[in-house]
Amino acid sequence: MSESIKTEPESSELESGKITKARRHVSQNEGLIFEKSAPGKRGIELPPLDVPAVDAASELGQQHVRAEVEGFPEVSEIEVIRHFTRLSTWNYAIDLGMYPLGSCTMKYNPRVNEFVARLDGLATEHPYQPIELSQGVLRILSDLQKCLLEITGMDAVTLEPVAGAQGELAGLLMIRACLEARGNPRKKVLIPDSAHGTNPASVVIAGYEVQNIKSNARGQLDTDHLREFVTEDVAALMLTNPTTLGVFEERIAEIADILHQRGALLYMDGANMNALAGVTRPGDFGVDVMHLNLHKTFSTPHGGGGPGAGPVVVKKILEPYLPVPVVVEKEPGKFALDSNRPKSIGRVRAYCGNFGVLLRALAYTLAYGPGIRQATEDAVVNANYLRKKLEGVFDLPYPLPSLHEVVFSDARQKKHGVNTMDIAKRLIDYGFHPYTTAFPLIVPGALMIEPTESESREECDLFVEAMRAIAEEAENNPELVKTAPHSTGVGRLDEVAAARKPVLRWKP
Amino acid sequence: MRYLPKSPSERRSMLDAIGVATVEDLFKTIPEKFRLRDPLKLPGPLSETEIIQYFQARAAENSRGYTSFLGAGVYNHLRSVVTDALIQRGEFLTSYTPYQAEISQGTLEAIFEFQTLICQLTGQEVANASMYDGSTALTEAVLMAERLTSRHTVLIARTVHPEYRQVLQTYAKHLGITIREIGFTESGQIDQAALGRESFADVAAVVVHSPNFFGVIEEIPQLAELAHAGGALLVDGITEAVSLGIVKPPAEADIVAMECQSLGVAPSYGGPYVGVIATRDKFVRQLPGRLAGQAFDAEGRRGFVLTLATREQHIRREKATSNICTNEALFALAATIHMTLLGKAGLRELAEQNLAKARFARAELEKIPGVRRPFSGPIFNEFVLEFPRSIKLMNKWLLEDKIIGPLAIGTAYPDLSKRGLFCVTETMPRAEIERLVACIKRMMESSSSGESKS
Repeated sequence: MSESIKTEPESSELESGKITKARRHVSQNEGLIFEKSAPGKRGIELPPLDVPAVDAASELGQQHVRAEVEGFPEVSEIEVIRHFTRLSTWNYAIDLGMYPLGSCTMKYNPRVNEFVARLDGLATEHPYQPIELSQGVLRILSDLQKCLLEITGMDAVTLEPVAGAQGELAGLLMIRACLEARGNPRKKVLIPDSAHGTNPASVVIAGYEVQNIKSNARGQLDTDHLREFVTEDVAALMLTNPTTLGVFEERIAEIADILHQRGALLYMDGANMNALAGVTRPGDFGVDVMHLNLHKTFSTPHGGGGPGAGPVVVKKILEPYLPVPVVVEKEPGKFALDSNRPKSIGRVRAYCGNFGVLLRALAYTLAYGPGIRQATEDAVVNANYLRKKLEGVFDLPYPLPSLHEVVFSDARQKKHGVNTMDIAKRLIDYGFHPYTTAFPLIVPGALMIEPTESESREECDLFVEAMRAIAEEAENNPELVKTAPHSTGVGRLDEVAAARKPVLRWKP
Repeated sequence: MRYLPKSPSERRSMLDAIGVATVEDLFKTIPEKFRLRDPLKLPGPLSETEIIQYFQARAAENSRGYTSFLGAGVYNHLRSVVTDALIQRGEFLTSYTPYQAEISQGTLEAIFEFQTLICQLTGQEVANASMYDGSTALTEAVLMAERLTSRHTVLIARTVHPEYRQVLQTYAKHLGITIREIGFTESGQIDQAALGRESFADVAAVVVHSPNFFGVIEEIPQLAELAHAGGALLVDGITEAVSLGIVKPPAEADIVAMECQSLGVAPSYGGPYVGVIATRDKFVRQLPGRLAGQAFDAEGRRGFVLTLATREQHIRREKATSNICTNEALFALAATIHMTLLGKAGLRELAEQNLAKARFARAELEKIPGVRRPFSGPIFNEFVLEFPRSIKLMNKWLLEDKIIGPLAIGTAYPDLSKRGLFCVTETMPRAEIERLVACIKRMMESSSSGESKS
């Protein structure tokens, strides 16, 4: 039996056969930069010093002066260019093709946004420069605020939080401040079992206990069940809508009512706003506070893990508690930063948020204008198209209508010993980035697929073709899938060994 | 719309394949009363040309053409076009967090190099893959110290950046952490005698910045001794990473929380920047944020993976070391490239130039009658000077000469009015320093003789 196991794909398979989207090409080997270093080389030269040089030891005191930075690399400019260019070729990226990571909204990152973020007069500005010399910056922030409020239907906004998780924390702190002002901050925050991990982690920093609640068999929040949970101790419910199954919480208004009747607030995790922009507004269906991930819905580049921005939009009742500073328009066309807000939860980060990310989000919004709805529609069309084409090939545990993403499970392939991670790794050989695996937690062996609006019909068809081919392989040649990927510079890496004896830095 | 790759007929054919008549049918799960009937009232749509015009118009409304002496945690340093060209490669710019290691080796190897460079720079043993910025890194370092010591009081120097202290207060408020502030002496450093008089019974950490908000270098070895004698950890924040090209690294500190903006990242009105936490190996399991580690595949090829994820929120949820998920990877990459370009000799020379320029500027300013140096401690590229008149008024006048003057620190320290914090980096030409000095001199002379400038 073992002789017949095919662990390497036929070369024809990669070059001309089933795998249409990808083909092999040579990629350069590249060690660590420290392994290339040789004394006396450098990649930057400075202009000559135009003031008298000073003796560091006499200026600082010998005890404060360091020897050279031991181990620091010494390489030339061309070596730096080649090193990082070679590394870059080992990455998959949106610029290369579909990146269907569910819940991550990997859409096209417009190049003009990169250009404008680097303009002299924007990239060069210091957060403490006089307010009269910062009017352009503040107008950008103010214009973005207006756009975000219009899109979400909320009343007030802070642009300070620099990531979704920090937005969650800011939102929860505002809830706490509001309830405290009403006399009782309460003790718990309810979180459905389908939520992102940041939700419970943020709740703890805000000084609340997490109470997990189960979704019902349809993957939705059961309102009768919720009624039991919402006691005088509950400060808020944190709800992702659409849920991490890509399904709209149909009884959202009723959920909001249940909370409000008992003095609790509704927090919406806006991670999935790409399903809603231009179609419906959270402010209209009872949400009190939500964060937006500008690095998802608003196209700012993920950059291999960040930066992001997590503005928080709120209803009037929470406005007094916004973190400082707040961008205000004092009189038409005259902007200022307001830090004198006695009820504010305080400052969540030094300076004024991730301005460079915020301005890219505005550039994205301006490019669409009211047409942002078309992006939402296309994202939803793509997800439903993939669902239709793959239904029957992969198990669909929650068959409610999908919005921007679809969640399958590996139940059928499991019978052949192939799991979601194996299928994900095999997708790499087909020229795609994998979907999100093993999330949400309520779907065992989840395949969470979010194509976004940035994919053409052709790219969607290639993806369908790849997924169907892999499903076939899972039946007929499971080892091929279980040992994938076969086309990358390194194979599956031993993560268990890496965690047992961690090597987290280079040493000579 | 140019970002959308579908023709009307392709949209139609996809709807047909799905089996719905209109796209509206796909949104039926949203209760009808909440579905928008009218288009949103948003400006646009704008073409690429119009977008550029809008932002160029905004750029013209800022400080272009002014010379700035501001620092205070945000520094104007040289940035190579090489760095910017490399971080704009789509493979770095438009990739996600490297969870799928086989097709993310570029990002992972670069993170591993970042972690290594930060260790070398700070004299610490392990560093994470980045935090949001220096202020949140410092806060997370304090929370880490609290977990490591199971103590709940923090002694923080008043010489720590005021906005960083405010961020710590926001995070600490509901976590049962008590914050006590320690004053400073005429050296501009934390008052060690006052620190020594504190009860350390419940103290998790002593927290300082070095160089501190006044630009003065703190005595890290002595502070570490004091903290350790009381059973507490020393947390050192660094806002000016370039200082480490010449200033002794805080190897005696237990946790270092650094802002790396100085290493190739634009000021950009406050962000995005890149924070990082470095610490001792033995504390790694309480370190927040992502970590890249070395790993091998079945054929023995070396690669890198995200590791020790059991500290993180996506695995541990409410028991995680932090809620951080998105970090500042792209700018950690920028800092990595920048440090690599500089190398050993470049970083040293850069630090020496900063030292020399700031010394020159301070000496020239001190020649002006009435200008006094309030703090005697050693400085890197920032310094405080005291003037016989209001800094705010002085700055107003300097603006007429297209100079953005020093930061008036009296706003954050009411006991330090008439004192300005100057920053002079390698990018400041000597001629501009001399122009600043001449302008202030003229101003002082005219005010002392009772004339008004206008």
